[in-house]
Amino acid sequence: MSQKKTDIATLPKQKTSPLNDPRIRGVIFQALVAILLIWFGWTVFQNTLHNMESRGITTGFAFLDNPAGFGILMTLIEYDETHTYGRTFIVGLLNTLLVAGLGVIFATVLGFVMGIARLSQNWLIAKIATVYVETLRNIPLLLQIFFWYFAILQPLPGPRKSLDAAGVLFVNNRGIYVPEPIPGDGFGFVLIAFFIGIIATIAISRWASKRQEETGQQFPTFTAGLGCILGLPLIMFLIMGAPLTWGIPALKGFNFKGGIQIVPELIALLFALSTYTAAFIAEIVRSGILAVSHGQTEAAESLGIKRSVTLRLVVIPQAMRVIIPPLTSQYLNLVKNSSLATAIGYPDIVSVFMGTTLNQTGQAVEIVAMTMAVYLAISLTLSVIMNWYNKAMSLKER
Amino acid sequence: MGVYQEKPALAPPNSTTGPIAWVRLNLVSTPLNTVMTLIAIYALWQLLPPILNWAIFDANFAGDDAAACSTSSGACWVFVKTRLGFFTYGFYEEAERWRVDVSFLLLALVIVPQFFNNFPYKAWIGLAGLTVMPIVTGILLLGGVFGLPAVETHTWGGLMLTLVLSFVGIVAALPIGVVLALGRRSEMPMIRMVCVTFIEIWRGVPLISVLFMASVMLPLFLPEGWTFEKLLRALIGITLFQSAYMAEVIRGGLQAIPKGQFEAASALGLGYWRSMSLIILPQALKLVIPGIVNTFIALFKDTTLVLIIGLLDILATVQATIVDPAWRGVSTEGYIFAAFCFWVFCFGMSRYSQALERKLHTGHKR
Repeated sequence: MSQKKTDIATLPKQKTSPLNDPRIRGVIFQALVAILLIWFGWTVFQNTLHNMESRGITTGFAFLDNPAGFGILMTLIEYDETHTYGRTFIVGLLNTLLVAGLGVIFATVLGFVMGIARLSQNWLIAKIATVYVETLRNIPLLLQIFFWYFAILQPLPGPRKSLDAAGVLFVNNRGIYVPEPIPGDGFGFVLIAFFIGIIATIAISRWASKRQEETGQQFPTFTAGLGCILGLPLIMFLIMGAPLTWGIPALKGFNFKGGIQIVPELIALLFALSTYTAAFIAEIVRSGILAVSHGQTEAAESLGIKRSVTLRLVVIPQAMRVIIPPLTSQYLNLVKNSSLATAIGYPDIVSVFMGTTLNQTGQAVEIVAMTMAVYLAISLTLSVIMNWYNKAMSLKER
Repeated sequence: MGVYQEKPALAPPNSTTGPIAWVRLNLVSTPLNTVMTLIAIYALWQLLPPILNWAIFDANFAGDDAAACSTSSGACWVFVKTRLGFFTYGFYEEAERWRVDVSFLLLALVIVPQFFNNFPYKAWIGLAGLTVMPIVTGILLLGGVFGLPAVETHTWGGLMLTLVLSFVGIVAALPIGVVLALGRRSEMPMIRMVCVTFIEIWRGVPLISVLFMASVMLPLFLPEGWTFEKLLRALIGITLFQSAYMAEVIRGGLQAIPKGQFEAASALGLGYWRSMSLIILPQALKLVIPGIVNTFIALFKDTTLVLIIGLLDILATVQATIVDPAWRGVSTEGYIFAAFCFWVFCFGMSRYSQALERKLHTGHKR
């Protein structure tokens, strides 16, 4: 053995090219890629500067302070033609957040209902849910938005012939008019009572779970919480003498005055977004529930746990672990899909800022970068929240 | 001495077999179920007859102009019938439409064998569909060589444009996606960082803004004098966007390959590229075929967005014809036709990918 070792030691050292050393090759390769990327970026940068100069476009964000001079169909904050381009960015952003936020809520509720309906023992209900899912998710979202907007909402009668419900809710081709709640004096106290109710509920649920852990006694947290959140404001509302009036929409001339107008663009977009995403969420919910092994249900049954309690305490918590990651990506899809608003003229950020503002100012690079940054920021925020929730729900192995 | 005689088994009680038992079990098993069944039947009774009357019994099929539709209250399918050529080919010159037909036929010849289990040379046909066929159809559709008159891309439209966009998008995104997926799992920090940034940026923004960028900003990025056609710009945008999604799908496949495979390849003395191309990728890509098909379905639906930058895909052709004042109120018919086209393709593909998933689920189950 020792003989062999000396043999190897005395052999003339074989020369290997340093190019064959994976570490050195890695460094060289990375350096090449870096140089290529920098060159590419520099060329693009130079071209852009040159092209913008020859088209007479000034770079920079100074244009944001210039007056915009165009109106926007629907704004959540005060806005008119005299406001700046910077304000159009905020208006568009808020409209995007509105439709995305409402869309996430509606899609989740409808998706969970449809997903559970697909697993229903009732054959008819299960089949209806299947048809719903298979139809909606195989048709492009843009087509669905067009359908609701151009084929359903546009042919509705005009304001003078609008369909009404009980004389307070009106539907016509300019949207839906609903009564507007106008808070009177002392309505602030009702809101304060509402927040106190929420805090009290959190405190009660903490105390109840602590007590259950120590003594095993249960407490009707849900009923108590509901009482706090709804009851406290209601009592305060009555004490203050019902400080709330309703602004009923009424036909004045050619249009409705008073009340809240929900524009058809928002309705079509929200409806299409929610129903389309709900079809995907339904599939996620279904597969999540199916992923919980049947043994879990049987074990719960053999322990004598009621069916409804089994679903709430055994099946759903485990299914949620499977459901949450794909659900997150559906939420992100919904936010990104809300940019289709531009096709029917709902004033979201793409339509207002990347559309009208870009056309008027020509500041393509800045505007596209700002818009993309908004979507990236929303995506990252949502991912962080859902990852945190996922971690909280995930299996705690000891 | 009595001899044991086997008596025939009793038939199961009536209440557990047959249609009555089925109804009892599936429709009226509990009071709640009964109520839900009744509600569902009532809703269907209210909805289905008017829809069927409109779409089939009262609909107009005969004739070839708007006047034919004024006879009854139902749907006006005559409209779809007369515009079918436009919905399929867009403004592609009538005399040259056979070239599109041949391309459709080639596509069908490549795709149909994939649905059969034991079709001879199935894999080779599929491979040819991804490599040779795009070139052949490209020459056929564009023309300008071999005596075929050139057809400008701005005349392309309808179903043909939708298929071109989605097919080119997927074929071009596949190799880029493979490179990005490998890069994301690379041991070189620089490469990994570049790939992760690329993938996450494209996945974080909506396709619409990518298309806007391709149509507004791409001309700014290029040296002066370089111009692309609108179709090519849209294709570049779609391909970059799609390659990021493709990379994530392929990464899933790479992660599913056991570490032993990588180690075995190294032990055999294979370098990085050879171990990847001979050992890892063939297994990983086979695993993610359902995922690729699902990405394709998403892309197929997303191609409708090109109408926003002014390309005439099938939805845009419908959108352009329903405003024709000669035909009043045919928007529903037009949308239903377009929806049906998309539904047939997407539903077919999703069924295919589900079947494939079940088939592929045998070997790698652990």
